[in-house]
Amino acid sequence: MSATNLKSKRNPLVRAIQLILWSDLGPVVALFVILILFTLADNLWGSGRFLSMRNARVMLNSASLVAVPALGMTIIIIAGGIDLSAGTALTLCATALAILLKNDVSYMAAVPVVLLVGCACGAANGTIISTLRVVPFIVTLGSMTIYLGIGQILSGESTVFPPRENIPAWLIDLCSTGKPDVYYGWLPNIPRSVLFALVLACFVAVLLRYTVFGRSVFAIGSNESTARLCGINIPLTKILVYTIAGFFVAVGGVYHFANIKNGNPSEGVGLELQVIAAVVVGGGSLSGGRGSVLGTVTGAMIMAAIRSGCDQLSIPNPYQLIIIGAIIVIAVTMDRLREGSPEWLFRWLQSRSP
Amino acid sequence: MNPDVPLLEMVGVSKAFGPTQALSDVSLSVVAGKVLALVGENGAGKSTLLKILSGAHHADRGEMRIAGHLFRPANPHDARAAGVAMIYQELNLAPDLTVEDNILLGQAGTGWGTLLRGRLRPRVLDALQTVGLGELSPKAIVGALSVAQQQLIEIARALASNAKIILFDEPTSSLPKHDVERLFEIIRRLRETGIGVVYISHFLEEVRDICDTYTVLRDGHNAGGGVIDEVTDAQIVACMVGRDVADLFPKVPHTPGEPWVRVEDLSGQSSPLEVTVQLRRGEIFGVAGLVGAGRTELLRCIVGLDYCRTGVVYVDGQAAGHSLRARMTRGIGLVSEDRKSEGLAQELSIIDNMTLSNLAPYTKLGLLDLKKRGKAVAELMARLEVKARHGHQAISDLSGGNQQKVAIARILHQNADILLLDEPTKGIDVGTKAEIYRLMGELAAQGKTIVFVSSYLPELLAVCDRIGVMARGRLRDVRETSQWTEESVMECAIEIDGGGIDA
Repeated sequence: MSATNLKSKRNPLVRAIQLILWSDLGPVVALFVILILFTLADNLWGSGRFLSMRNARVMLNSASLVAVPALGMTIIIIAGGIDLSAGTALTLCATALAILLKNDVSYMAAVPVVLLVGCACGAANGTIISTLRVVPFIVTLGSMTIYLGIGQILSGESTVFPPRENIPAWLIDLCSTGKPDVYYGWLPNIPRSVLFALVLACFVAVLLRYTVFGRSVFAIGSNESTARLCGINIPLTKILVYTIAGFFVAVGGVYHFANIKNGNPSEGVGLELQVIAAVVVGGGSLSGGRGSVLGTVTGAMIMAAIRSGCDQLSIPNPYQLIIIGAIIVIAVTMDRLREGSPEWLFRWLQSRSP
Repeated sequence: MNPDVPLLEMVGVSKAFGPTQALSDVSLSVVAGKVLALVGENGAGKSTLLKILSGAHHADRGEMRIAGHLFRPANPHDARAAGVAMIYQELNLAPDLTVEDNILLGQAGTGWGTLLRGRLRPRVLDALQTVGLGELSPKAIVGALSVAQQQLIEIARALASNAKIILFDEPTSSLPKHDVERLFEIIRRLRETGIGVVYISHFLEEVRDICDTYTVLRDGHNAGGGVIDEVTDAQIVACMVGRDVADLFPKVPHTPGEPWVRVEDLSGQSSPLEVTVQLRRGEIFGVAGLVGAGRTELLRCIVGLDYCRTGVVYVDGQAAGHSLRARMTRGIGLVSEDRKSEGLAQELSIIDNMTLSNLAPYTKLGLLDLKKRGKAVAELMARLEVKARHGHQAISDLSGGNQQKVAIARILHQNADILLLDEPTKGIDVGTKAEIYRLMGELAAQGKTIVFVSSYLPELLAVCDRIGVMARGRLRDVRETSQWTEESVMECAIEIDGGGIDA
């Protein structure tokens, strides 16, 4: 209601900015703005390689490393939950894969086992949240360190390096951003990680929009009492949500392993925050009921673009961290503005538009 | 102080919320050392009046004076500083803090942001003494005390802030009977110290017990007032309900059929208590009673949403299971009293909200046929005349009346034959109310059973075939509507013949 008031103002520039802000394509537009800004800056002060095919492959690949677990996180966040254990569960899966391959287990067995491990991690979270009625933040805060501990026990507190010949070729190529030596019809060598991530993204988009489960997820996140009133099986749905998210964490673990070819459980610490940031920058609301696959994928790309752009401009890592942190806060603030919050800023914007 | 000047005076106070006039031209006065009873039906404007007094709302017109001085609180803090304290129905204490800290919460006398507990200690002890909690340690944690003790601590807090006027909003509704007497003792003590008290209660025996004067509100107007000893209970009740009923209740002819739903010995956590009732096909069954009488809980137990200690619901002679799902498949549906926090998911679309409880007709191979769903919703929206641009609009964009139609549409969409409507006309404009009454009549004519909970007696008497009255969790009496009057319903609801709090 209040949003429409703002939308109807006349000044074309203000109106354009507001239209972007108020449409659901905000994150996509933001991504393009960021790409353009970095391209300009890179051509002025940097190496001029920001907008090259090679850098695009690197960016897309690193975005997909975050985007895949973020797909699961999107479902969780829409359902009004959170998963802080995603990072350590992801590297637990990667470590498990490394150990299995090191011990001459065929990938035909190893990968399904790893996917099961991920689902089990998620199912454990979901079951505890549903049955013990502890808030997701606390449950997953606990399981975060539990999964880290399990990973360290399995790996003997060190990094697991499987011999190169034990790693199947497709896994070596999965996250390869090398020279474009392969073409898929007219498609150039987009990393396979990216293509597969897109398939998964479409799957989740359909799951959320076209299934009873998807509508239940939105209902639970938007208003759990209403969902209950409508006869939705809330505990079961929540367990499913976390289990499915666990599956995506496991796929993320396979990606992670493919990217660095070893398994180290401690590397996942802090990774969950990147994953959550991707969802939130993409318009997901931590209070539930809102979020989209397109937003999350864009969010992951925004983060990857900023990292890559800063690298190209030789901005040192500490400053990169500060920039990324600021972007997260700004993105979410702009998103909240759509609902007229904070009121003072909203009013100020209204008074500025003629 | 000049005894001729009332301690608190309200003159011509009006307040509107949008198109609804909550208060018009209300006046009252509170004299020091006297207790004023404020009585009226639910929705008569009592809480609005209290909120204006306590600074939470601002009056549109009219003025208030405290001891002759103009009183215009900008916020609750102002009102507090002017000596008006409010004891709410739900207690407002911080359960993790100590008694002392709760009493001193938000008060003057703190120096440079630090709490000077030592200097304020005598005031705290004094206040505790007055409310009869002299032995209680100021260091006790409030959360560990009984509800009655917590309420006394609220009163102590009011005293410690030098309140001159204390407003009680149904203070006995959450108290066990023996604590009520103790509370009255303290109110009498307050009266002796020259404090003016405003006391709101549904229970006329209570009013008679401790109040000196009374003011009746009806539909936001002054309906009467005077000295309590000069009137009978029946006169007060007549004053509360006596309004002219305009022709706002369209009748759709329908004849109730044979009984087919039986609720037997239904008891919930604390209410309902041992409710047994039969419902007929094509019947509108009204449930009257005061707020807190257990009407909402009864509906929630029937639909299987709340835990029931005992009781079975039979539909067509067969027990209907206990879970919400089981009851829903037997055709029971509930429209929640609270549209905002339970009835509807505010950010979701009309389509989602209408179909959430029954998506099966649109599922093919696990995928939803969104087109088919949109079409079905469009038909329902047309049938119930939901005013919206399209089905994808968020619920929060709709007016209260249209939101309610969506909530009713949902239980129709889930093919409910037994529709439990909890205050379906609350907060809805008059025109939409009439539409909802007509819809209820049409549904009854189709053979559906409607259970209609309402606090607004005229609509119950106009719309229902039978009315049951609840009090303190029990279904006290069920009669054909023609055998009820507003007075007899009220008398039954406030237990005028049944002994009330002393029973």
